Amino acid sequence: MTDYTDKIRQIAKRVLDEGKVDMVIGFRAGTLPMMNQPHYATSAQTADELIWDSNCGLNLANYITDKKEKIAIVAKGCDTRNIVTHIIENKIKREQLYIIGVPCTGMIDHHKINAMFDNEITRVEESGDQITISGEGFSETLPKPELLAENCAVCTHRNPVEYDELVGDLVEEQTDVDPYASVKKVEAMSPDEKWQYFEDLLSPCIRCYACRNACPLCYCPTCFVDESRPQWVGKSQDSVDVRTFHVLRAYHCAGRCTDCGACERVCPIGIKIREFTKKLNKDCLELYGWEAGLTLDQRPPLDTYKADDPQAFIK
Amino acid sequence: MTLIKINKKALDLGIEKAKSAYQVFGPVKQKNDHDYKRLDKNELPDFNFQNTRLSPKSIIYPQSQIMFRYSLDETSDDCRIMKEVENVSAPMAIVGVRPCDALSFPIVRRNFDSPEYQDTYWVKAYEATTFVGLACNSACSTCFCTSAGTGPFGEEGLDVLLVADGDDFYVKPLTEKGTAFVGAAGWSGTADASAGEKIEALKQAAETSVTSAVKTDKLREKTTLELYDAPFWQEEAFSCINCGTCTYVCPTCWCFDVQDETFGKSGIRMRNWDSCMFPLFTSHASGHNPRDAKYQRVRQRFMHKLKYYVDKYDNGIQCVGCGRCIRLCPVNIDIRRICNKMNSFDAESCKCETAAS
Repeated sequence: MTDYTDKIRQIAKRVLDEGKVDMVIGFRAGTLPMMNQPHYATSAQTADELIWDSNCGLNLANYITDKKEKIAIVAKGCDTRNIVTHIIENKIKREQLYIIGVPCTGMIDHHKINAMFDNEITRVEESGDQITISGEGFSETLPKPELLAENCAVCTHRNPVEYDELVGDLVEEQTDVDPYASVKKVEAMSPDEKWQYFEDLLSPCIRCYACRNACPLCYCPTCFVDESRPQWVGKSQDSVDVRTFHVLRAYHCAGRCTDCGACERVCPIGIKIREFTKKLNKDCLELYGWEAGLTLDQRPPLDTYKADDPQAFIK
Repeated sequence: MTLIKINKKALDLGIEKAKSAYQVFGPVKQKNDHDYKRLDKNELPDFNFQNTRLSPKSIIYPQSQIMFRYSLDETSDDCRIMKEVENVSAPMAIVGVRPCDALSFPIVRRNFDSPEYQDTYWVKAYEATTFVGLACNSACSTCFCTSAGTGPFGEEGLDVLLVADGDDFYVKPLTEKGTAFVGAAGWSGTADASAGEKIEALKQAAETSVTSAVKTDKLREKTTLELYDAPFWQEEAFSCINCGTCTYVCPTCWCFDVQDETFGKSGIRMRNWDSCMFPLFTSHASGHNPRDAKYQRVRQRFMHKLKYYVDKYDNGIQCVGCGRCIRLCPVNIDIRRICNKMNSFDAESCKCETAAS
């Protein structure tokens, strides 16, 4: 995917030069391996900093919420689905955007890769679908599919769903994956096992809220955990409050989550936050035949009413 | 004080022995990362780490700490009276503290234990603690301790310094507290005459392994308002998502928020770590927020560490170069880059160096 870089820069310079947009939002190379930085370009010079590789896992739709400018945005499949969701939810207008679509072959998982090596990784290079990971005294080349973030490994919407221009040919969508395998495992557990599973999942949380803040869906002016008049949720490390935050946040994302994986990617502790959102995605698919952000022409099931909406789950 | 040389077995035995006199904390690998925890009986620290994911700050300054309890029972004599919780710290020892983290305690002490104000919770825990450091023989790529007031063999803030040399350890007691710990651990055996040279060689090699640095020499002479109004804040803050990761993993971030929690007719007053990255941090009761915009909050964090603190205490920056915020920031905001921008900012030309080193 690194060959997209030149095309992104070309398009960025052109749309800036033509005055089509005020800024181009993309990624620039980070100061660490596997860590690119969201960045905006307003000139040819800053456009030359834009890059693309398998470390662009953050969701850039998070950076356009309520923006007034005309914006070009570099967007992979999941980003475009969140852009669609943003447009439907009136967080930005389609005509403000010039979407530079990126057909995506997945992003690598820095948590997983860091855990694979005892020593510090100082260099990660990409060539086709081979990733070379090196540090002092070691260097290993592995196929990218083995290193993908879990959400990318089971992604079935790699291509942008909405775009003005593409940076490359559309890629083949994965059809032989089960996006909900992990949910099914949890569903098969007994209530006690589930309780313990989620307890173990959340116990290391430090409540930094990186998951919430990296999520394009979490744009509430004041999040329920930050409400102070009245205060709904305690601020301590009390496990009830920690659980309340994660479970309620997941429900706020029901029917809206695109499984972009930004929440897991940014968690400093490596908590598998998608275990919550995935379940709600599965429910929405099974109950309403709905996957978020695939079309601008249909309202999401949870903000519409139909006489034949399923209601057996209401108890 | 005498330099002692012990082997790994004696180290482990000593740590186990010290548990009869101290609550001993140390780095332990949990899932993929090392973190400090209270060591149970027969549990030993794992020194096979570069640095822990979270700093040892929470041992002295827990993320959530109960300060008072109260009753709301009208029939009780002490209804609505805040009662301080027992605040006596048993002797604690943290073994395996890296020199960067060790320096964070004297830095934080300037805030929590000043002539005009003493935070009794922090002070009591701090005074009850013996800091047993572990020198770093090789640095991470994100370490910049040597330009942040310490180094891989830095001693400030430590009571004992351990230096690993293959399977052996040099033990260097630095304070009376340190000597007491060494006594409790039963570490003895004078190192031979060449030990000093050996340690110096290891230190030199370790310092050479620190490849990144910040420039801080001009921060003090900068005009505060010029830095505050510098044009780079918006750009540098762009990627920030305003999570609390940098502040929570930082050994020198000390801010907290006081909260009351009531359960039926009883309640607690507690403090919890807070973060200047959160809008709520400065939200006024009126609804006004003086740091309403993201860039203002990002600016605050760096101005506090790299300018206000520098000016107020004249004792370097409020950063020890541990690199945790760099490694764990989800959007790659790099304090080295920002520090160098601030240090080189020229208000007249509005120019600064941009390269992170």
